[in-house]
Amino acid sequence: MPMAEVPNLAPAMPEIFLGVSAMVLLMLGVFSNTTGNDGVLKASRMASGLGVVMLVLSLALVITVSGEKLITFDGMFVSDPFSTFAKALILLASTFSVILAQDWMEKQGCQRFEYVVIILFATLGMMMMVSANSLISLYLGLELQSLSLYILAAYQRDEVRSTESGLKYFVLGALASGMLLYGSSLVYGFSGTLSFDMLAEMFASGEEPSVGLVVGLVFIMAGLAFKVSAVPFHMWTPDVYEGAPTPITAFFSVAPKVAALALFIRVMNGPFGGLASDWQQIVIVISIASMVLGAFGAIAQTNIKRMMAYSSIGHVGYALIGLAVANEGGVRSVLVYIAIYVFMNIGTFACIISMRRDERSVENIYDLAGLSKSHPAMAAALSIFMFSMAGIPPLAGFIGKFYIFMSAVEAGLFTLAILGVLSSVIGAFYYIRIVKIMYFDKATSQTLDTPLAKPVVGVLVITTVFILGFIAFPNPIINGAEAAASVLFLR
Amino acid sequence: MANFPILSILTFLPLAGAVFILIMRGDDAVIANGARKMALWTSLITFVLSLFLWFNFDQSTADFQFTERHEWIPGYNISYFIGLDGISLLFVMLTTLLTPICVLASWDSIQNRVKEFMAAFLVLETMMIGMFAALDLVVFYIFFEAVLIPMFLIIGVWGGPNRVYASFKFFLYTLLGSVLMLLAILVMYTNAGTTDMVELMAANFSPGLQKWLWLAFFASFAVKVPMWPVHTWLPDAHVEAPTAGSVILAGVLLKFGGYGFLRFSLPMFPDATVYFTPLIFSLSVVAVIYTSLVALVQHDMKKLIAYSSIAHMGFVTAGTFTLNVQGVEGAIYQMLSHGVVSAALFLVVGVVYDRIHSREISDYGGLVHRMPAYGLVFMIFMMASVGLPGTGGFVGEFLVLVGIFKVNTWVAALAATGVILGAAYMLYLYRRVIFGALTKESLLKITDLNAREIAVFAPLVILTLWMGVYPVSFLDFMHVSVENLISQVNVAVDAAKVVTVAGN
Repeated sequence: MPMAEVPNLAPAMPEIFLGVSAMVLLMLGVFSNTTGNDGVLKASRMASGLGVVMLVLSLALVITVSGEKLITFDGMFVSDPFSTFAKALILLASTFSVILAQDWMEKQGCQRFEYVVIILFATLGMMMMVSANSLISLYLGLELQSLSLYILAAYQRDEVRSTESGLKYFVLGALASGMLLYGSSLVYGFSGTLSFDMLAEMFASGEEPSVGLVVGLVFIMAGLAFKVSAVPFHMWTPDVYEGAPTPITAFFSVAPKVAALALFIRVMNGPFGGLASDWQQIVIVISIASMVLGAFGAIAQTNIKRMMAYSSIGHVGYALIGLAVANEGGVRSVLVYIAIYVFMNIGTFACIISMRRDERSVENIYDLAGLSKSHPAMAAALSIFMFSMAGIPPLAGFIGKFYIFMSAVEAGLFTLAILGVLSSVIGAFYYIRIVKIMYFDKATSQTLDTPLAKPVVGVLVITTVFILGFIAFPNPIINGAEAAASVLFLR
Repeated sequence: MANFPILSILTFLPLAGAVFILIMRGDDAVIANGARKMALWTSLITFVLSLFLWFNFDQSTADFQFTERHEWIPGYNISYFIGLDGISLLFVMLTTLLTPICVLASWDSIQNRVKEFMAAFLVLETMMIGMFAALDLVVFYIFFEAVLIPMFLIIGVWGGPNRVYASFKFFLYTLLGSVLMLLAILVMYTNAGTTDMVELMAANFSPGLQKWLWLAFFASFAVKVPMWPVHTWLPDAHVEAPTAGSVILAGVLLKFGGYGFLRFSLPMFPDATVYFTPLIFSLSVVAVIYTSLVALVQHDMKKLIAYSSIAHMGFVTAGTFTLNVQGVEGAIYQMLSHGVVSAALFLVVGVVYDRIHSREISDYGGLVHRMPAYGLVFMIFMMASVGLPGTGGFVGEFLVLVGIFKVNTWVAALAATGVILGAAYMLYLYRRVIFGALTKESLLKITDLNAREIAVFAPLVILTLWMGVYPVSFLDFMHVSVENLISQVNVAVDAAKVVTVAGN
């Protein structure tokens, strides 16, 4: 009996490497000597250090594999400049998250090597998502990611808020996955194929799709909207962001967002690209709803993690403008936007992670009062991120918004653009409120702990330089996004 | 010399100074002193550099000079493009002149977070120079908006008791106006394929589109000017801001709006400009009369001057939209003289505020007995604000009124009442503060101007008188540019008329 033909593994090298290394890390952790607090600490430090190395090596692999469009595993897996761009962002976000996490976990007394392993698995799932080229591989990647995220949310298992957030996330996430799966099965039932390429070919002909297909598409969109936390599927976001351990929230707010948005873009513009006129209106509605709810919802928040949850809902709304445009310029603008978003958010969470007083983590925004006196550098960095998120030039966040609105105006979506800029003014209110608390208010209670952990400082420096310097050197990111966007529209 | 990026150096030199100040380390007092000196030297060198532009400027051409262009935003036809013409050069000079004066004026009055204050001021200077020098819409927008960040901090951190409210109002008001302008910029790009302002002036947008674009730009500039009824942020911001903040706000930031009208609304949307002129005239006349009356009943010196600023800016907007040489040159001249005079008046208030810590008019009286030099300086600027011949204020107001008179007698008559009201509230203020008997307990020990304060006022006094006695030295710079601007508008309007006639 002949052996089954071995598929071309080269395009999936980064994923294979990351999967193997996650398992190796798991084995190393399990078989290391974890008796006593000292052993646990050593194991977790080893896992954290090795995890960063593995993520960086995967990033290097992703960059070397990139180039032309490569399809393998019977058309289930695709590697192209689009997936490269998204994977690079995901890996960067994961790397930053792992770097930020270790110190906080140690101070909080919940340093165990497992969280690094789970982050690696979640990252692997995300990379599978952005490389999915069929509805089956899409679902596999998505579930690997989601299951890992549920565990991470509940990682602090002896704290009520953390377990609650994990459970909430799991129940609602499972519902969303169910919807997505149901939609996929409808699409399969009415079209007879799961492959993105064949679906794209089918719809490109321009014939009217059957009702069942459209219903299936709507279910898939509902599932994906949940994963990017767009209104009206956003309810879980504030609770999960608040309850999860802060470094995990930092991770949630960037890597899965990039992956889910990239997946959303690929699914909508790839297989269902021919149906753009059908799904465009849905995206417009959820985009407007997300921007407006994000802006208004955040005003009432005093917990900074909840505020960031609403902020992320708003940012997803802006990113979805680019998707609603449904052309190459739109996709490029989303990619530019989320690339900048990753850096702003990581920087902001680096500050939130450092909000500790008397060895305890604090989360109220008024705990930041007087920060400009006690931690001038951190206050300056956080203000830069806040102004950038509000989209004030010359910071990077402005360029992101500029590209998004430019694509909307070019496509003639004026309503979307006008509502977008107006909600950005409302959003500016709660961002500058943070600046106000840090700079204008007098410190009421004692100040936050000093000094900041070294890894946190490193991340802060990198992100601040990026946000400040982007305006002068926008080319690398924007050219990358350009290449990534154009490959989706090759016919 | 042609390739030497003098304008970029001028723009970013203050930013470099700010970075230097921020990385200073050491004892608090040492840093504070170092920051003050660094800020003063940086802004003085910037001023000297701008003098170089002044003397090398060719007054005989309306073309942009000292231009620089670099590829910038990939994927779009947007480049870093800056340059100066006769109009923007004068505003750049105003900026570079006022910044060292502000630094000097804050020498003693700012004791808290000196390092951050000086850095914020230098960042502000970079943004202001960049805004006036920008020749690309996106570059312009970035500098225009970026001003919000340092100004928000200056009002909020070093301001008075109600500073949080004032800073938020300032920030959100101006941001709301600007984002609509951003959309208009994007629409212009999609229509014309470029954000190069020189090309856009010849772009000829369709009259229907022009009206929308004009309104979007109006939303931004009307808030910045500020025009009635969107002026309410200004009294709050002025009252709460520290002296130097008020000076730069009145001296330069308010000019953004008037400059914007001249640079964008007139040449790029000429049809809409003609269409909306009655609106501008009405709002300007309301502003002149209404805010003058409001100024008359103020108890707070800074608030009074803030309202007088709004009234003076009403002259500017009315003059700008007369679309004749006298009106436009008068508007520019009024902006420049107002930039010097109102800035000086805020400094005048700052002098007594530093001593008594009160801005209430009723807390003063009879200052002339203890502060004769102060009384003299105050009088010069008070007279300039009123528009007395021989001061800078007269030339601007006179030209504007001549310009308006040529277009619409009624508007001219109503605007002229503003001059009378202006005299009323300024003289009334002066009488209450300077004259009368020196009876207040707190004023008995008050001291006259010190050497630093004289150094602050001397250049402003000289400039005010120079502008009043020999205006040609400034008008010559703008003359060719203004004529070019007006001919552009007229050509476009005539062309549109021909099209309508042909269409009929």
